[in-house]
Amino acid sequence: MALFFSAAQAATETVHEAAEELRAGVHATEEAAGGLPQVNFDAFPSQVFWLLVALVVMYLMFNRVVLPRIGGIIEERHDAVEDDLDRAADYKRRAEEAEAAWQKALSDARAEAQAIADATKAEIQKEIDAAIEKADAEIAAKTAESETRIAEIRAEASAAVQEVAREVAVALAEAVAPGAADPSALTAAVSKRVEG
Amino acid sequence: MAGGAEHGASSGGINAHPMDQFIVKPLFGDESLGLFTVTNQTLWLAVGVLFAFLLLALPTRNATLVPGRMQSVAESLYMFVRKMVADILGEDGAKFFPYIFTVFMFILIANVAGLIPASFTPTAHIAVTGVLALIVFISVTVIGFMRHGLHFISLFWVSSAPTVALRCVLFLIELISYFVRPLSHSVRLAGNMMAGHAVLKVFAAFVPALGILGVVPIAAMTGIFALELLVACVQAYIFTILTCVYLKDALHLH
Repeated sequence: MALFFSAAQAATETVHEAAEELRAGVHATEEAAGGLPQVNFDAFPSQVFWLLVALVVMYLMFNRVVLPRIGGIIEERHDAVEDDLDRAADYKRRAEEAEAAWQKALSDARAEAQAIADATKAEIQKEIDAAIEKADAEIAAKTAESETRIAEIRAEASAAVQEVAREVAVALAEAVAPGAADPSALTAAVSKRVEG
Repeated sequence: MAGGAEHGASSGGINAHPMDQFIVKPLFGDESLGLFTVTNQTLWLAVGVLFAFLLLALPTRNATLVPGRMQSVAESLYMFVRKMVADILGEDGAKFFPYIFTVFMFILIANVAGLIPASFTPTAHIAVTGVLALIVFISVTVIGFMRHGLHFISLFWVSSAPTVALRCVLFLIELISYFVRPLSHSVRLAGNMMAGHAVLKVFAAFVPALGILGVVPIAAMTGIFALELLVACVQAYIFTILTCVYLKDALHLH
């Protein structure tokens, strides 16, 4: 509490003092220390002069040195980034091209493989067909030969049967009525009968 | 200064002269203040130029594509002002950029350097901010008349007002506000700087008077100091952006 009081008192005194100083300043501007130092017009020429000197020095330093440097480096960086982006786009385009080429090669290879497979298949088919044809021909030849043989055998057998029949007929006729029958007529009759 | 000492003795331990820090005094000898007198303001203007050199010229000497720390700071400041100029003035702003950048850096450095204890703040002086504002005012007026001739007067003629009588009234108001601009432009900056520094000084005066409890005003000062740092930057920004806005009037009318 005491602290607060003394602080408040101090503040009040300070304010009073400042007010007093202000009042004094209004009456005695010619006194450098009195009043608001900002309205001490005696200081103005020096203040303005040195301000202008400082401004000119700063302006020259910035305009001649600092700003071109910073502007240049920012421009350079901008260009570098732009350049990198361009290059990246170029790389990307090239990668895409490479991928397209690879895809094309792949599909070409597939097509070629398909063609080779088809050709091989056709060739094999042709061979198979030829083999089958040959086999068929062989079989046909064998069959024809067999049929000829069978016909021969049949003819032989038939001739043998006729021979036996004729001999049996002649023998029968001899046995039943010896000398009555003409063997050649008998034979002709038997042949006629067997063949008919 | 002598008067201040008397006051201090009579007010029981409280030794607050919040305005003493703004006194312009010769650095060498006790000569009266002439045009070329080297004063404490001269010293702190020189310090400001030195800071500008250390902050902007030195780190960009060997500027690299990938910036270092200080180069980044310099580039950020550059881009900040350039963007402001481009946003407000557009294409025409390019030729004013060096001066606007100078104004911004000058005020920013002066404001922030002024927060160094026992330093001097040139921008707390109406003589300094007044010159800065007058340069803008005169430039705007000259450029306005050069670009648009007498047509520049139409800046004050509000053609969107419904009646001619109202336009005449508004013409007067606009004209007055145009001439008041340099005053508000300069007093805003000087007033902010002066008030902040004076408040800090008043609080500082409480510290020895309160003994061990002086930590309380010290804590308060720490907070106010942070606020003042913000004000220092914001006021530099405001002065610069208003410079751009006023220039825009001269370049593009409405």
